[in-house]
Amino acid sequence: MAWKRKDLLGIRELDPAEITLLIDTAASLREIGTREIKKVPTLRGKTIVNLFYEPSTRTRTSFEIAGKWLSADVINFSVSTSSAGKGETLLDTARNIEAMRPDVVVVRHSSAGAAELLARTLRCSVVNAGDGAHEHPTQALLDLLTIRERKGHLEGLQVAIVGDVAHSRVARSNIYGMRKLGMTVTVAGPPTLIPPQVQELGVKVSHRLEDAIRDVDVIMMLRLQHERMSAGLIPSLREYARYWGLTLDRLRASARSDVVIMHPGPVNRGIELSPEVADGPYSVILEQTQNGVAVRMAALFLLAGAKASQEAP
Amino acid sequence: MPHLGRFFCLPDGRGVIKAQVLDEAALERALTRIGHEILERNNGATNLAFVGLRTRGVTLAERLSDRIAAIDGTKVPVGTLDITLYRDDLGLKTDQPRVQGTDIPFPVKGRTIVLVDDVLFTGRTIRAALDALIDLGRPKMIQLAVLIDRGHRELPIRPDYVGKNLPTSRRESVAVRLREHDGEDRVVIEEPEEG
Repeated sequence: MAWKRKDLLGIRELDPAEITLLIDTAASLREIGTREIKKVPTLRGKTIVNLFYEPSTRTRTSFEIAGKWLSADVINFSVSTSSAGKGETLLDTARNIEAMRPDVVVVRHSSAGAAELLARTLRCSVVNAGDGAHEHPTQALLDLLTIRERKGHLEGLQVAIVGDVAHSRVARSNIYGMRKLGMTVTVAGPPTLIPPQVQELGVKVSHRLEDAIRDVDVIMMLRLQHERMSAGLIPSLREYARYWGLTLDRLRASARSDVVIMHPGPVNRGIELSPEVADGPYSVILEQTQNGVAVRMAALFLLAGAKASQEAP
Repeated sequence: MPHLGRFFCLPDGRGVIKAQVLDEAALERALTRIGHEILERNNGATNLAFVGLRTRGVTLAERLSDRIAAIDGTKVPVGTLDITLYRDDLGLKTDQPRVQGTDIPFPVKGRTIVLVDDVLFTGRTIRAALDALIDLGRPKMIQLAVLIDRGHRELPIRPDYVGKNLPTSRRESVAVRLREHDGEDRVVIEEPEEG
C-alpha cells in the first residue's frame, strides 16, 4: 500500500487501505512526541503554509507542531492578519502563496469545496483542515486512531454521533471513515439538526439520546454552535442541554460501562457535555488532541516526505 | 517473496539464487562468535544494549542477546530502530517507505549501544541509524555488528563485528533469511533474472 494522492481533501474519496495507512503511520509517529528532543529531520527544507480563513486554535496549532516536529518550516496565514480582510479572493491569495514555493498548503475555510478548489489550482499538496460543513479529514483520522487504541480494533464497533450533525464536517468525515472500516453509526439530535436523508450515508437515526447511546462502544458528542439558537433551529440552550446534554446520570442509566466518550472540541461545558463527563474516566478528549498531532504528522509525511518519485531513480 | 536487503530490492523483488553463503550451522557459529567478541571487547555485558534495525536486524539483536545470556548470564536489553524518518533518499525512491516506529525501552544516555543489522552495503542505513540514535540521547559509545559485510561503501563507516565478509558485485543482492520471517536460516546471493 503506497500513498499516491497529491492532496488530502476528504475521507469520502479514500479507500479503506488508505485510511488504515494514515492511521498506522500516525501510530508509529506518535513516539516522537514522547522524546526528550521532539524533532526528526524528515521534512527538513520543506515549507508548510497554514492558510486559515476561520478562527481555529487547536487545529492550526496541531498542524504547526506536527510540521515542526518533522523539521518543516511552518508559516501561518490567518484571516485577521492577511490580505483576505482587504478583499483579495481565495485563489489570488493562494496563487501568491504558491509563488513562495510551499510544499503543502493546509487550508481551513467556511465554504465547502474551498480545499478542492485550491487543490485543482495549486501544484503543491493541499490538506483540508475543514471546509464549511463538508469534511475535516484529519479530525476523523485522529478519532479513528483514538478509538482503535482504546478498543484494539475498529471493525464491528458501534458509534453514536450526537448533536448538530447537519452542520458538522466532523460528523460527515467520521461517518464516511467509520462506514468504510465496517463500523455501525447512529446519529442523534433534534430533527432540525439532523440532515434529511442522512440514512443514505448508511447510518441509523435516533431522536432520543437514551436510545442512541444504549449498547454503543463510542459516543461522539458534537459541539453546539450558539448561532443555531438565533437561527431558530433550537428553542434555547437550556432546552438543548436538558434533552441532548450528556450527564453522568444519563450515562450511567443508558450506556455501557466501557463506553468511550469523544468530543472534537472546544467543549461547551454544561451544554453538550457536563463537566463530570468531560473530565471523567470515560472521556478521551485529551487523547484525541495528542493523536491529532500524530495524524497530522502522518498526513504531512505521506504528502511531502515519502511521496514516491515520478521518474525512475 | 524473498527478502533482498532493505534498500536494494530488485524492482520485481525476485531473483535467481546464485550461491549459498551461510547455512544454518554457519550462521549459528557466526552469531556465537560475535557474542563472544562483544563480551570480550566490552569486558562483559554491563551497560550494554542492542539496537536492531528493522526488520531482520531486530531478530539478529534478539538472538545475540540470548547468546550473551547463555554465555555470561546477563540479559542485554534489545530496542528497535526505524530509520525511515532519517533516510537521505526520501523522495528519490520509486517505492514508498513505510514508517513502522522506533521502540527503545531503555535510556540511551550513557550506555554502550551495539547497532545490529543484517547486511552492511553502502553504509547509508547506518548513517541514518546513527543520527536517529543520537537524537534519542548521548550514548557512551556506539558499535556496529552486521551478519554480512558486502562492501561497496559510500560513506566512511566500518563494522566492529562481522559475521562474514562477502565480496559481491553491485548487481547481486544478498538475502539474509531468518527462521522467524522466512522459515529458514541461511544467507544466499541472488542475481536478477536476465531479460
